[in-house]
Amino acid sequence: MNQPPQPLHAPLEISFDYTRSLGPTLSAFVTALARRRVLGARASDGRVHAPPFEYDPVSGAPPAEFTEVGPGGSVVSWTWTDGPLDGQPLAHPFGWALIRLDGADTAMLHAVDAGSKDKMRTGMRVTPRWAAQSGNGIIDIACFEPEGLATADGSPSAPADADSAMPAPPEPIGMITSPVRLTYDHTVSPGESSYLLALAEGRLIGQRCPVCGKVYVPPRGACPVDGVPTRDEVQLPDTGVVTTFCVVNVPFQGQKFPSPYVAASVLIDGADIPFQHLILGCPPDEVRMGMRVRAVWKPREEWAIGHNIDHFEPTDEPDAPYDSYAHHL
Amino acid sequence: MNATGTTGPQQMTDVAVVGFAQAPNERHSPATTNGVEMLVPIFGDVLRSTGLTKDDVGFWCSGSSDYLAGRAFSFVSAVDAIGAFPPVMESHVEMDGAWALYEAWLKILSGEAEIALAYGFGKSSAGTLRRVLALQLDPYLVAPLWPDSVAIAALQARLGIDAGLWSEAEMAGVAARSRASAITNPLALLSGTTPPDDLLASPYVADPLRAHDCAPVTDGAAVVILAAGDRARELCERPAWISGFEHRIDSASLGARDLTTSPSSAAAGKAAGASRAQVAELHAPFTHQEIILREALDLAADARVNPSGGALAANPMFAAGLARIGLAASEVIAGRAEVALGHATSGPALQQNLVCVMEAR
Repeated sequence: MNQPPQPLHAPLEISFDYTRSLGPTLSAFVTALARRRVLGARASDGRVHAPPFEYDPVSGAPPAEFTEVGPGGSVVSWTWTDGPLDGQPLAHPFGWALIRLDGADTAMLHAVDAGSKDKMRTGMRVTPRWAAQSGNGIIDIACFEPEGLATADGSPSAPADADSAMPAPPEPIGMITSPVRLTYDHTVSPGESSYLLALAEGRLIGQRCPVCGKVYVPPRGACPVDGVPTRDEVQLPDTGVVTTFCVVNVPFQGQKFPSPYVAASVLIDGADIPFQHLILGCPPDEVRMGMRVRAVWKPREEWAIGHNIDHFEPTDEPDAPYDSYAHHL
Repeated sequence: MNATGTTGPQQMTDVAVVGFAQAPNERHSPATTNGVEMLVPIFGDVLRSTGLTKDDVGFWCSGSSDYLAGRAFSFVSAVDAIGAFPPVMESHVEMDGAWALYEAWLKILSGEAEIALAYGFGKSSAGTLRRVLALQLDPYLVAPLWPDSVAIAALQARLGIDAGLWSEAEMAGVAARSRASAITNPLALLSGTTPPDDLLASPYVADPLRAHDCAPVTDGAAVVILAAGDRARELCERPAWISGFEHRIDSASLGARDLTTSPSSAAAGKAAGASRAQVAELHAPFTHQEIILREALDLAADARVNPSGGALAANPMFAAGLARIGLAASEVIAGRAEVALGHATSGPALQQNLVCVMEAR
């Protein structure tokens, strides 16, 4: 066995721009933010919520009307971060705070650019620093800053003519985009590690379940039938049978081959579970269940962990009889 | 039947915890994020301890998170660990496994299963945990700022300090007691005898929180088996009978609720009969949250709290709450307590809370 001491792992980044429709309350709030105004809503118990609630926490009704609050306010609670994380409002050390805007009874969470931790305190007065871009929701407020603070170039950072500097959006904003990017250290299982390392040497391996004897390729870590680890490694050839297939005719983003082409389930000789691969090297309409195929490896100089088999192609042997793969579909 | 006699139907199936197992709590597990490598051994452990086979389990329910795993449908891959053939009745919650246990309990109460198994797993170390957890916040007004879970807990801690409800020294006391208790817990990730004064000499990670105030980032898994009536008596000499099982939720708006209290814990605890507990395993990932929870649950003054060291000793995401219930049940099963309480929390700043009270009969 070529089991490495630690399984292979690699950086994994996933990202997606979520588009979020706002609904009437958040649309009003976000549209007002784009005009450099902050809205709150009065609940049935008389408390003014800023940001506004979508449904009254007491009565369940949507807000009857909005009321302008702030934009300045007081810090209700705070903490300090020395090492900002990706996506946070500021890239240098800053404070997080719950801020009760003037006229509101609830607090909103935002960043405070105080310069240093010793400037932060409960009760401190803060005012929004508006972002250069507007129409993006809560991040239209770049952060808050201590009231009366001047920027590095000496100019007031919250210009009195903010309203005129930011033309009103032509119509209510109904959608915001929230990018999400997450990074992970992705680890494969010990069995997958062995599989990938063997593949990097031009070999295919599977693992056999000690209970039912089925051979899984790639190895799965645990036999999904018996729930036991599959530790017995099995060397496999790079030939097999097409058990089922489809002809891809629809173009899609990121497509690597001109359609039509064939994606198939290939049952490697000696394995019990097929994996999916491409069938090239013959017209798509000649691919059939039972067709014998072999792996076409990439040129050796292109080999890397994970992607060394380019596709499968017909061997031109006689087709496998249906009964030989009927239980592996 | 509810022990307090205040809520719930009068006639209900008796259900008990009869088995519990935990994976090692690790800072960096070599396991995949689908949990299979952590789950296979503990499924074996818990089935062996009860004399059951997987075919005896009528319902399986898991708690985990794809955001934590960084892959879609990771909980489906986890089903490989069951050996789900022939197909099994199975479900999943994107919450701590304690809520999976709640679903399993309902499944037994509704007569659809006699034996049910709940599990939770999380590889917290795969991503940056405190950043990943920003995605459980309001996606419109809060998550776009990416406030991390430690910062939010710090805002909560300061509110209590400013209000005179607790102090940094009391928080350090919670940490010191938890770590000392964890010395006898072989599965604890953190344990030790550092006195509170020494802990207070360490730097802030998010003022007013220091490292000892925060649960360690932990990879792990837990599993609990429930059984009904006579089946429970067959499987376990002294089953931990569930006398109250309740969960409640507070507002998602952090700035609109009083973060120094936990009304949802209080409501769940009252309904479940929390004040009867002689021992309580509380899922408090931050020191000040244990102080909030003790108050909200109205625990008896002499109740033992977190003999395992609690979440401050090991906090495997999506498994730590379930582990609290399993550990509390073990106190009853082993004869160390007549009534025990397991608590689980989920969401930012104790937003959602679950209480399971178990007793010997």
